[in-house]
Amino acid sequence: MTTSEPLTPVEVDSLRADFPILHRKVNGHPLAYLDSAATAQKPAAVIDAESAFYRESNAAVHRGAHTLAAEATELYEDARGTIARFLAVDDDEIVFTSHATEGLNLVAYALGNASAGRGGEAARAYTLGPGDEIVSTELEHHANLIPWQELAARTGATLRHIPVRDDGSLDLEAAAGMIGPRTRLLALTHVSNVTGAITPLDRLVPLARAVGALVVLDACQSAPHLPLRPRELDVDLAVFSGHKLYGPTGIGVLYGRREVLNALPPFLFGGSAITSVTLERAEYLPAPQRFEPGTPRLAQAIGLAEAVRYVEGIGLERIAATEHALGARLLAGLAGIPGLRVLGAADPTARAALASVDVAGVHAHDAGQFLDDRGIAVRVGHHCAQPLHRRLGVTASLRVSAGLYTTADEVDRALDALSGVRAYFGVAS
Amino acid sequence: MSSLEQLYQQIILDHAKSPHGRGLVAGEESSHQRNPVCGDEITLALRWDAATGSVAGVGWEGAGCSISQASASLFSDEAPGKSSEELQAFIEEFREALRSRGAIELDEERFGDAAALSGVSKYVARVKCAMLAWVAAEDLLTRRDG
Repeated sequence: MTTSEPLTPVEVDSLRADFPILHRKVNGHPLAYLDSAATAQKPAAVIDAESAFYRESNAAVHRGAHTLAAEATELYEDARGTIARFLAVDDDEIVFTSHATEGLNLVAYALGNASAGRGGEAARAYTLGPGDEIVSTELEHHANLIPWQELAARTGATLRHIPVRDDGSLDLEAAAGMIGPRTRLLALTHVSNVTGAITPLDRLVPLARAVGALVVLDACQSAPHLPLRPRELDVDLAVFSGHKLYGPTGIGVLYGRREVLNALPPFLFGGSAITSVTLERAEYLPAPQRFEPGTPRLAQAIGLAEAVRYVEGIGLERIAATEHALGARLLAGLAGIPGLRVLGAADPTARAALASVDVAGVHAHDAGQFLDDRGIAVRVGHHCAQPLHRRLGVTASLRVSAGLYTTADEVDRALDALSGVRAYFGVAS
Repeated sequence: MSSLEQLYQQIILDHAKSPHGRGLVAGEESSHQRNPVCGDEITLALRWDAATGSVAGVGWEGAGCSISQASASLFSDEAPGKSSEELQAFIEEFREALRSRGAIELDEERFGDAAALSGVSKYVARVKCAMLAWVAAEDLLTRRDG
């Protein structure tokens, strides 16, 4: 765990001033935004950076010789560099995508294209076929689930899932039995978007390494909340979305180890990604350009870089320490409310500041409506993780999640509202 | 009444708790509707009186929020006795009111206790919950009248 000091309430208050939306009222109450795991709010610096690009520097990048084109190219590549330093990797290992979902699809399609014989000699190490196995887990977000179903269906490979135990944790013994010589790919999340549990990568990644399998990490729920170091985690590929990291929508990041990215054939095809094109065939640029055809998401990438500078200015260690304290407060409070069940409460220490609950006798939608009436924004539904909800015996849950601007008072307001939900709907005295 | 109280009127909470019309007969024609956002689902069957050509009864099964479950229950109370044309018009009026963002109140004379669902129309995100059973019935009408 981190040894950094949490942000003081005064510091959090001063940070909140940077987020315009936090000052609005909802249904007559000050907004308590507890849905940052779905999307985070944006500081003015990010909003301004996007706007400033359009006002001052907008031009097509990587082509044209005029001043604006050169400026825009520099800003875009600087953004890439900012992200690379944030992850402690090299610039050419960062691919901008539309969102994390596209990043995962990019990897799945690139592997599918390799399996179809594309990509030449270099890609041959990444082909999948009958007899090969893709291993994922039972707790993935649909974005890290369906692409592998489709890849397996296209290539004839078998898709297997590490089971989840009743307490929401991954069955590591089953994983050890499942990951073997047939395993070519391990795709898993860093932090569950439902339970908040931090995946014990130190136990799972070595299993994949031992058999030479590629490791793909869904870092959507970790990148905004704890320092993310793909190389230290020893993963080959990792994705996260910009909008959960206080950045704009429409931008995501794929990190890939240089050797892997340069060996994989492209997924989307078009301009900007090629060295030479004839009517019959094309030669592709090295990564990252080979994976970024078309006009890139310029304003969004520049906005995301500003968001990264913003969180770096605070320090992710301090954000993690602050959120950890909020998470502990949230869990302790939830445990004291009769009729609430926290999904996957296995280990209160190794989890992000989010919790999903099932309220006995009250549907998550109704409970969420009750909170919304008090200005409290939470997520209700299956959070794009239907298999995990089914495994834990519920169809929907209510998720409370924190961000760097979340206060203890907001957590307490949610706890207070949740303690009144069952009485309101007539299922408790 | 606050908006929330209008949404969750006692009549709705009562129907959600003790719903009417639950139960399907094995093999009868039914329509399954699902709200992919929350996973709520309703499977509903219409039973017809061969002599009068009107709805004799409604049967349904489902799981979901109080709005979707109460709405199916209230539909079961209100649909019987209506011809297929009458039921189609009834469903369309209901939809128009629910999509009106609070501008149209359901008439109690016409909609009976189901008029209590008027409060849903101020909550755009919940209209689909309230419509689930009604859309299932509409689907069956389309199939019946081809």
